[in-house]
Amino acid sequence: MAFLLASRLVFLQVQMLSGKLKIRLSFLAGILSWLLFVFFDLYLLFIEQHQLNVALSKIVPQVFLITLVLSTLAFYRYTISKADSINFIDLLWKVFITGLLTTIGSLLIRFFFYVFARSTISQNPFTVNFLYDILIGLVVIYLVSTFVVWKRLILYQKSKNLIQFWSLFESALLGALVFDLFGNDFLSVNFNIALIFLGILGLILSFNLKWIAYLNFKQKWKSILFILLSGIYLYHFLLNMLNFSETGILHLDLLNRVYFVALFIFILIYAAVAILVTLFNLPTSSVFERKMQEAVDFQKLSQSIPAGQSAEQTYEILLESSMSAVFADAAWLEIADEPRKIVTRGISQKESKDISLSAKQDGIKRILAYDLGSDPMTNKVIGSLDRGDFKSILAMPLMIQNEQIGVLVLLQEVSDAYNREMVAIIRTFVNQACISLENFRLIGEAIENERYKEQLKIAKTVQKSLLPATLEHNSAFEIEAYSMAADEVGGDYYDILEPVPGLHHLIIGDVSGKGTSAAFNMAQMRGIFHSLAQKSSTASCFMIEANQAIGRCLESKSFITAIFIVIETTKKQFSYSRAGHCPAIFYDKSKGEIHELDKNGMGLGILRNSNYNDYVEEETIKYRSGDLLLLYTDGISEAKNPRKQQYGAEGLQRSLKQHLDRSVEGIKEGLIDDLTTFLEGNKLDDDYTLTIVRFK
Amino acid sequence: MLNINIEEQENYQILQVVGEIDASTSITLDNALKTSSETTKNVLLDLSQLEYISSAGLGVFISYLDDFKSKNIKLVLFGLTEKVLEVFQILGLQHLMQIVPDQSSAVELINA
Repeated sequence: MAFLLASRLVFLQVQMLSGKLKIRLSFLAGILSWLLFVFFDLYLLFIEQHQLNVALSKIVPQVFLITLVLSTLAFYRYTISKADSINFIDLLWKVFITGLLTTIGSLLIRFFFYVFARSTISQNPFTVNFLYDILIGLVVIYLVSTFVVWKRLILYQKSKNLIQFWSLFESALLGALVFDLFGNDFLSVNFNIALIFLGILGLILSFNLKWIAYLNFKQKWKSILFILLSGIYLYHFLLNMLNFSETGILHLDLLNRVYFVALFIFILIYAAVAILVTLFNLPTSSVFERKMQEAVDFQKLSQSIPAGQSAEQTYEILLESSMSAVFADAAWLEIADEPRKIVTRGISQKESKDISLSAKQDGIKRILAYDLGSDPMTNKVIGSLDRGDFKSILAMPLMIQNEQIGVLVLLQEVSDAYNREMVAIIRTFVNQACISLENFRLIGEAIENERYKEQLKIAKTVQKSLLPATLEHNSAFEIEAYSMAADEVGGDYYDILEPVPGLHHLIIGDVSGKGTSAAFNMAQMRGIFHSLAQKSSTASCFMIEANQAIGRCLESKSFITAIFIVIETTKKQFSYSRAGHCPAIFYDKSKGEIHELDKNGMGLGILRNSNYNDYVEEETIKYRSGDLLLLYTDGISEAKNPRKQQYGAEGLQRSLKQHLDRSVEGIKEGLIDDLTTFLEGNKLDDDYTLTIVRFK
Repeated sequence: MLNINIEEQENYQILQVVGEIDASTSITLDNALKTSSETTKNVLLDLSQLEYISSAGLGVFISYLDDFKSKNIKLVLFGLTEKVLEVFQILGLQHLMQIVPDQSSAVELINA
């Protein structure tokens, strides 16, 4: 027990070392163990032969044999990688090579006996025991390395139960190693009981062969060969060891050790079972391979779009994988895009047209003619052809959202070549391809939308720059403005210019319609305002000139409403002209009255000749300190709440009265807040703008 | 939503406009006026059931003013609700269009 604990302790410490060091250390420990084992084995033999009175326990060489086994086990544990689906053959190759090298060693030993058969040297117990010790080393290497490989294979896709069972087996083997210290003879009662116990465990474990299913046809043959050879090595080792046993002068016979015999038996059983199972699996491997290929193709189809970025690649993959799945001799794929796309395999486009025309079955005809109507999931996709070259046809429609976008046709030279299972596979492939194509289309649309959104964002910033960043004014009045578009861009406009000191031109305008078309017209209006408002003129003159300019550049359905105000702070007066715009509100502080500036006027661009001038009016108003002017667009007066009630000019006036005591900025905020409250969460569907002027 | 019901009379056509005219529904009005301009000389527009008209809708009326004038087609609007009438008046359209209170005065105007 102390020894076990010690070895355990060493093992734990070894675990903490790095991988490379572990390999080197275990290798060194193995060599050292073997040398010590040989030395003490021969030394004991020497003591016995010369009947020397030296107190050396018989256990000593055996202990080193155990450390030899353990260090070899450690060495191979670190050098043989875990099994996965690509390296099964590599693992078996390792067994084959190790077996080959150790067997060559063992053959050399036999060769020695053959050469010196007559010589006394081959009868000498020292020679025999020394050579046997070398053989032990070789056998340990081969048995342990093969054991580790078998372990890797058995534990491939392991379950919890399997791991527990395997640990039991390994512990039992370790137990056998200790059990061997008590020196039981081959086939004694204890020996047999232990052997049968280990044999049964090994036999049960031998039926874990999941890895075989993952081998293809060629790999299966290879693995049969390798395992068969490893069995032959084993047989050879056994023969060689039996030869030694027969001499009767062995000091330590490996065949008297349960551990080694059990290992022999286990390796042999697993090899036999693996060979048989692989053999029986050979005929079905092509089916398994094909299913694997189908799964891989299926995966390719579903991944092709994001990776390949092109629908053409999906067409190719669909065609290739469908053809290989049903062993088609020729095929074509038609996509009903504009222009119509046809990808063919094994036939020309002209032949494909001929075949389309020569289809006999109604179902096929309808699929080829894109005439499925109410039966998009038709099952009548298999048909026969009356032609020299092809006898069977399978036509599968490509459907996206119940609309046929194309057809896949698979042809076979023999008649009745297609069955329902093949149809199911092809349907799955086609469905997957359609999902990919649909995704491709949706991604394209999403990118397009994103681009439009980006463009609108740019338009929004451009339009923002068309409205004044700061409002020009002097110390005689204060001014505040606010504008919000219903969409990204809108048709409302306000601006103020000071063409000469003391004279200000203020405008508020609203282009008919909303959105981008209104925004373009708003930009035109800004240009007109800036060119006309640069010089000093009367309000009515401005309107007449503006109407001419707008009539020339707006389409007939569009018009603009506006109010133009000329503020003369030196004279403490302002004059205005209204062009079809909702009347501005004027607050006379001294009278405490609110009234609308509702002189007659007509929208700009409605009447595009000089008759317009007849409808232009102008009014001049003297203001006093504290008087206030509120201009707005109909987005505010026509705003509706969920009960379809209109805010109206009245609503705005009521709201204004509530906030007259506040600063212009405070009034602006108050008006917006009141409107928001009125809307009760309704979204405004028109642009709205406010401009507030308070005279000092 | 916008519906336009057409009623044929001996020497005029009555278009009854029901609903709201905004940017999206103004196309319906556009088409109706276009058809009328090709089939009749007198168009009466019954706007008593017009709930709302946006600037885009007004734009459609305005775009037909010159067309009707050159083809010598009379256009009379009647039955406007207070709100709708206000919209027409603010814009100054009462100067360019004949707007009367009811159908009988509209017919009278046509026959005058």
